[in-house]
Amino acid sequence: MGHPPTAAGPAIAVSDLRMRYGDKDVLNGVELTVEAGTVTALLGPNGAGKTTTVEILEGFRARSSGDVTVLGADPAHGDERWRARMGIVLQEWRDNHKWRVHELLAHFAEYYRPYAEPWNADDLLELVGLREQAGQRIGTLSGGQRRRLDVAAGIVGKPDLLFLDEPTTGFDPHARREFHELIHRLADIEGTTILLTTHDLDEAEKLAERILILAGGRIIADGSPDALARAAATTAEVKWIQDGRLQVHATDDATAFARKLLATDEGAVSDLEIHRASLEEAYLTLVEQFEAGEADAAVDQFQEVTR
Amino acid sequence: MNPTIHAYRTGLKRALIELKVSLTTPSDIMGTLFPLAIAVTVMLFLRGVEVDGAPVSLGSMNMPSLIGMMIVWSGVLGLLGILILDRTNGTLLRAKSMPGGMTGYLVGHIGSLALFTAFSVAVLMVVGLLFFDGLEFDSPDRWLMFVTVLVLGLAATMPMGAVLGALIDNPRNMGLVMMPFMALIAISGIFYPITALPGWLQAIGQAFPTYWLGLGMRHALLPDAAVAVEIGEDWRTLTMFLVLAAWAVASMTIAPKLLSRMARRESGSTMAARRKLVEQNWG
Repeated sequence: MGHPPTAAGPAIAVSDLRMRYGDKDVLNGVELTVEAGTVTALLGPNGAGKTTTVEILEGFRARSSGDVTVLGADPAHGDERWRARMGIVLQEWRDNHKWRVHELLAHFAEYYRPYAEPWNADDLLELVGLREQAGQRIGTLSGGQRRRLDVAAGIVGKPDLLFLDEPTTGFDPHARREFHELIHRLADIEGTTILLTTHDLDEAEKLAERILILAGGRIIADGSPDALARAAATTAEVKWIQDGRLQVHATDDATAFARKLLATDEGAVSDLEIHRASLEEAYLTLVEQFEAGEADAAVDQFQEVTR
Repeated sequence: MNPTIHAYRTGLKRALIELKVSLTTPSDIMGTLFPLAIAVTVMLFLRGVEVDGAPVSLGSMNMPSLIGMMIVWSGVLGLLGILILDRTNGTLLRAKSMPGGMTGYLVGHIGSLALFTAFSVAVLMVVGLLFFDGLEFDSPDRWLMFVTVLVLGLAATMPMGAVLGALIDNPRNMGLVMMPFMALIAISGIFYPITALPGWLQAIGQAFPTYWLGLGMRHALLPDAAVAVEIGEDWRTLTMFLVLAAWAVASMTIAPKLLSRMARRESGSTMAARRKLVEQNWG
């Protein structure tokens, strides 16, 4: 690690964060804590406030109210030393496209020297798998290569905290898998705290040990992928046909319900189906409703399912 | 290691890299040399045109003026274009995301632009001395005048480009600068002595650096007798220095405030919004 741990405590602590644009509340009371050395995904539909939240954490945007501490400081007043301890990988970066790959990383490393010993450009290119592209102009890289260079640029100063915004949007499956491997390597070798935003549940499940779901301007679910999946799966939907009519019942104990149903139906029940909701379904329903403009209903229903 | 000094030093390294990148990118070289080549070609044809009272042809008289114009062009539009482009493609945001990054970015671009401008000026000088009769560049006082005007010109114009670049958020509004800019060249005595214009146009022209840079370069490069076609038959050396210095001080005073305001507002979402706007304009 490039930096000695300065302040004990979480890498990110946010309490009652609010953001208002004009008369529209984008964030209303976000609460979250990210422990150092963990990989956390901030998951949510487009327009849920993920980018706003992360930009506030990065110190790129002023908040309306709330307490925010990132790496021991308020991002609104973070100095250059604070800045040196974090890396930022944006969704789409097309900067410095006429520069050569190695040249860029070696130059960026220079900025961090007063604060920490940065990565050696050659070693870093090796780590992100761009050794062969070292002499290439950045504009000639493929989308996946460019993204890996962005990650390299984000971690060149050996940050304690790395922000990744929608890391694999537009990737083919192969590039996506390679990228996921790179993130795992980073988290394992360097112990870097990583906060990534994504609208893709699958990606969040693959990369993060903890998922925070942001919708309707607040965190509506928080837990490990397994815990969230279990929470979503506790409610089951039981369907059957009785007297020619479709019957539906939602229950937390489908087995007991089915046993009782079949014991008392006197043979009238047919086509019995038990359907356990998955996290994926619950999340997809949330996103659909969100996109249909029913944000509040979406949040309520999601919390109903994952409670 | 002092972080501020380190950021400046990193900026100087950046300047050299940016210069190397520009000089090895054909489109950058062509973008600069092509308009100059057209202007020089026109001047070549003007070598046969006499100006009343002047010891050299209109073509020879215009070569130093062209060098003066080139400094304004490169200084103002160069930095303006870089700032607008780099806000759209994220280069500026990247600088903001690194410690000392904004300092390094600005020092790097100002430095590389100054060097690139000096390179373009050198190319024009060589062409001028080789192909245009009557240009004189053989004494230390001319060298000193030339270098002083060049340096003062860069000091006056690059911060101006930074001010405009910080103010203009939408690339589409670059035209707002281009049109007045071209009009100003027309009334700055670059392609014909300013004395041929009506008095009120002369007055407007003399309020801006373009005229004075042209005048300074003519002073540095033309025979002394050429002063006959200037206003008041005088090189007005002191006035020229004062006007250019005033522009330099004024724009250097405003530029840092506007630049830091611009940097403060920069974030991933503002950049994405700007890019969307650009794509709409082009699509």
